[in-house]
Amino acid sequence: MMKPRKCASDQWNYGRISLGSHVFDTFNVIGLGLLCLLMIYPLWYVLCCSFSDPSMLMRHKGILLFPLNFSLGGYEKVLNYKRLWGSYLVTFFVVIVGTGLNMFFSILFAFVLSRRDLLWHKLITGLAVFTMYFSGGMIPTYLVVKAVGLYDTVWAMIIPGLISTYNCIILRTAFYGIPDSLEESARIDGAGDLRVLFTICVPLIIPSVATVALFYAVGHWNAWSSALLYIRNEKLMPLQMVLRALLIQGEAVEVTGGQDLQTELNNMLLKYVVIVVSTVPILCVYPFIQRFFTKGVMIGAVKG
Amino acid sequence: MKKQVAGRMPSAVILPRKSFRQRAATDFRKNWVIYLIALLCLSYYFIFRYAPMGGLAIAFKNYRPARGLWGSSWVGFKWFEQFFSSYYFPRLLRNTLTINLLSLIIGSSLPILLALLLNEVRSSAYKRVVQTVTYMPHFVSLVVACGIVLNLLSYNGLFNQILGLLGKSPVAFSNIPEYFPWIYVFSDVWQNLGYNTIVYLAALSAINVELFDAAAIDGCNRFQRILHVTVPGILPTIILLLLMKVGSMMSIGYEKIILLYNDAVLERADVFSSFVYRYGMLGGNYSYSAAVDLFNNAVNILLLVIFNAISRRASDISLW
Repeated sequence: MMKPRKCASDQWNYGRISLGSHVFDTFNVIGLGLLCLLMIYPLWYVLCCSFSDPSMLMRHKGILLFPLNFSLGGYEKVLNYKRLWGSYLVTFFVVIVGTGLNMFFSILFAFVLSRRDLLWHKLITGLAVFTMYFSGGMIPTYLVVKAVGLYDTVWAMIIPGLISTYNCIILRTAFYGIPDSLEESARIDGAGDLRVLFTICVPLIIPSVATVALFYAVGHWNAWSSALLYIRNEKLMPLQMVLRALLIQGEAVEVTGGQDLQTELNNMLLKYVVIVVSTVPILCVYPFIQRFFTKGVMIGAVKG
Repeated sequence: MKKQVAGRMPSAVILPRKSFRQRAATDFRKNWVIYLIALLCLSYYFIFRYAPMGGLAIAFKNYRPARGLWGSSWVGFKWFEQFFSSYYFPRLLRNTLTINLLSLIIGSSLPILLALLLNEVRSSAYKRVVQTVTYMPHFVSLVVACGIVLNLLSYNGLFNQILGLLGKSPVAFSNIPEYFPWIYVFSDVWQNLGYNTIVYLAALSAINVELFDAAAIDGCNRFQRILHVTVPGILPTIILLLLMKVGSMMSIGYEKIILLYNDAVLERADVFSSFVYRYGMLGGNYSYSAAVDLFNNAVNILLLVIFNAISRRASDISLW
């Protein structure tokens, strides 16, 4: 009987362990642990700062391991920050409606791409794939968005990116995996194309559909460039644009007019709080969606 | 559109091939629903992907919004000439290549190293923990990640707090031009290191374990097994990803650049895409910046085709 393998190149599989191998293992485990601390520390630092007393934070020197003088003051202030919650609503709308539309059209188009029996199959695929490598660029796309009347509407964050060719290829690859006989039997029973698609094919590729839906949803959640280019109305700004104004452009959270130290300290604190409030939701679902992402990367890596 | 050759078959074949028109008719009768869907979806492509390509004509025109695309006069290569002779061109070229070269060297090698090290970890629970943790910053949005980076580098941020502990005076890291490429590349490493190892780890798990046994029987020690079995096992993946990276040597997205830069570091931070944004969208020089964008896109696709061809010749690995 062979021992179960723990690590492919491991000498333990072969019965003799050298000292060098032990030393390597020890350093490897410690090194990777340090790497993890290094990766996670900026996030922990922000979390600690958000629970700290801002005036103590200002004077602090050295590494911060725990909140200084634990307080929830920043969170209380952020609760009343209307602009942030308004932008949350916009982002929710874009994530839900946008992802829904994305998925509807992507599934339809992927189904078209998966039909190799079409006479024009190559032409249709070619038209889609070409756009992955060449695009009109920022300015002409902006002019088109303006010309079709999407400018400064919430749809400007949804329609211009309606179909991602990359995601369609992921779905098409999944459609390819469905045995032809299944489709044929449904057709013999009198099902049309759309019925075959939605009652036979889509239920069979739910894992891929979920993966692609997550790609779109996370994309919408993180998106800000379409709002940067196409949105002027403050009320339509998505979460990430408001975050940009606060975190990057240094806009004051509270517009109380005063430039005194207390306001400045509060603004510094609120930046940390805003980061936490906007990032925690996605990090909470992250353990659940991680495996879908891993899967998506793998499908994408397979040549279309 | 490619012309289909209508049925000219050797006389030995009994059934003559149907003419193209006949085949098209049958195909359409059978699949008209599919074609209808295709038309719906392709209309998106035509409006939002192909119409902007047509709109690139403004790069050769003196575009005035009041006159519209058709009403503006042709100016030939005026904008291109103006751009190449301006002092922006060498600056943008240098910055684009510097940042991409740094991220090619650092950003591409670290995930390979991490994947190889993770592959040697004996405890699968520990391996999963390391993976999950290194993967985590990827889920922080770009805006927040850049916000955190700028914050850590700011006057009273973490780095200066550490410097303060050592008794040094604070440094405004994000205002020093020479630091910009490093900040850009290392913040990228922080965000994407874990994510980028996934593809290598998958390639590693696909290596046939019998190869390790064979190498062990032939007397390879652990390090030699890594060198002669593990590394060649993931070499095709490495080459493919390097190829894509080299092929996109001239392209950098503007999002992260404009999040991280400020006027003080513009000289080292400005790249083609951020220049297009600033000059075109903010400055309103539509034709000029469309020309810059077109030049950049054309070079990108050319590089991709060239490196793809080289790789296909040399190693049989290619994107298409």
